[in-house]
Amino acid sequence: MKKIINDPADVVVESLRGLAAAHSGILRVVEDPALVVRSDAPVDGKVAVISGGGSGHEPLHGGFVGPGMLDAAVPGAVFTSPTPDAVQAAVEATTSSAGALLIVKNYTGDVLNFETAAELAAAEGAEVRSVVIDDDVAVADSTFTAGRRGVGGTVLLEKIAGAAAERRYSLDDVEAVARRVIGQVRSIGVALTPPTVPHAGEPSFTLADNEIEFGIGIHGEPGRERIPAEPADQLVARMLAAITEDLPFERGDRVLLFTNSMGGTPQVELYLAHGIAERLLAEQGITVERRLVGPYITSLEMQGISLTLLKLDDELVELWDSWVNTAALRWGV
Amino acid sequence: MACDANGTGRAIRAAAGVVAEHRTELIDLDRAIGDADHGENLNRGFTAVVSALDSATPETPAAVLKTVATTLISKVGGAAGPLYGTAFLRASTSLGTQSALDPEAVVTALRAGLDGVKARGKAEVGDATMIDALAPAVEAAEAAAKQEGADIAAVLTAAADAADRGYESTVDLVPRKGRASYLGERAVGHADPGARSTALLLRAFAEAAR
Repeated sequence: MKKIINDPADVVVESLRGLAAAHSGILRVVEDPALVVRSDAPVDGKVAVISGGGSGHEPLHGGFVGPGMLDAAVPGAVFTSPTPDAVQAAVEATTSSAGALLIVKNYTGDVLNFETAAELAAAEGAEVRSVVIDDDVAVADSTFTAGRRGVGGTVLLEKIAGAAAERRYSLDDVEAVARRVIGQVRSIGVALTPPTVPHAGEPSFTLADNEIEFGIGIHGEPGRERIPAEPADQLVARMLAAITEDLPFERGDRVLLFTNSMGGTPQVELYLAHGIAERLLAEQGITVERRLVGPYITSLEMQGISLTLLKLDDELVELWDSWVNTAALRWGV
Repeated sequence: MACDANGTGRAIRAAAGVVAEHRTELIDLDRAIGDADHGENLNRGFTAVVSALDSATPETPAAVLKTVATTLISKVGGAAGPLYGTAFLRASTSLGTQSALDPEAVVTALRAGLDGVKARGKAEVGDATMIDALAPAVEAAEAAAKQEGADIAAVLTAAADAADRGYESTVDLVPRKGRASYLGERAVGHADPGARSTALLLRAFAEAAR
């Protein structure tokens, strides 16, 4: 393992210090328990939007803290959900009388810890709701699994819920918009190489040169199946088919297309894949009305990409376009 | 060994030692089917448990277990934190204020822990989780406690033996809960790291009770 780190145990906190130094105007960092908090929080009369999960997915979630998006992010250890008391501390640091919405990715650890935190916070008298995002079409949503994972759609959900809160939507209304996004967003990911978790010191899986993992999550866990490597045209078509067969997306739909790098894939390949996806969607009569391309929800240095489609309506477009000022997403300011 | 607060504390410290020894093994088991953090997380949690026990002086077995529970919940994260935390919390609550444990109390605590994990994680035997080690362990402990002259060591040894067999059985299972469930059939052939850590903890308790 070769990484720019000191002690693997200090990776998260040292990285947070750097984040705070680079973006001191919009956020502050608490070290114990680890939190990234919008610097002007709590904002009176505004619903607090709080997210979190294991570290190693940067810029998710700390990079999305700031006006127009998240009020707080709760980073756990690498690939490990944060603990309930950390989530509760985030609620306390950001929540006004307007209440708070917790955005939880559907992974067993995240759900258990956020569930416990919401109970604790409610016992303290805060009005806290939570939504669980489960956009990964690689996983069958059946009683035989922990359910679909929350992946790329999380970024779009955090942006849109954050914009709704910034516009002073009520807690009921922020929650309703969030649930609508969750209902109409779908993702799929592939990996060409594994990530290496700093404390583990070895790659999370091994792939031959001519193999890819299809249907991965965001933690270096193996995917739905292992397939031979193939040209980008075929791979992107395979990925889009997995998504569009699921919801289903129909001819005439307006969508946001999010092409995401898992951390190690360079821009040249990312835009190449994005271009193919745009062309294939146009051929299906699906209108790409908004785009996001870049590394926004990653798995350390894993090479690979994910594609996310969100079915749009006028309100979602307006909330997406709404100004945002965070370390990783910034427009309209 | 009298299983008062000190005895319980010694058993927990022994468990912390075993977790530290097996940290890499648990990481490797988890890497095969999950995200390679189980050993790291449990070791971080039990290291904190030992410091918490050093700085507090719990006066009953229940108080010791409560310290374990709250520390694990606040230090481990992932799925293991809330699941083990709930197990120790329910075990603690089941013991009330008694100052020393007898075999029956140990069985009651194990049963309460199992019920807590089932309620939190919604898993059953056969899902390839820590339940596959814990559930047969509780049954074996109950049977052992009914034997003439059974002491705590005998009860915990029976539990640990059953947990080992339960852990080994997860190799052939298709996981239905937790992160490994996403692998489906591809996880067959790999033991569940949570079942392994449960078996290790019970073995440590059994050894400490000798």
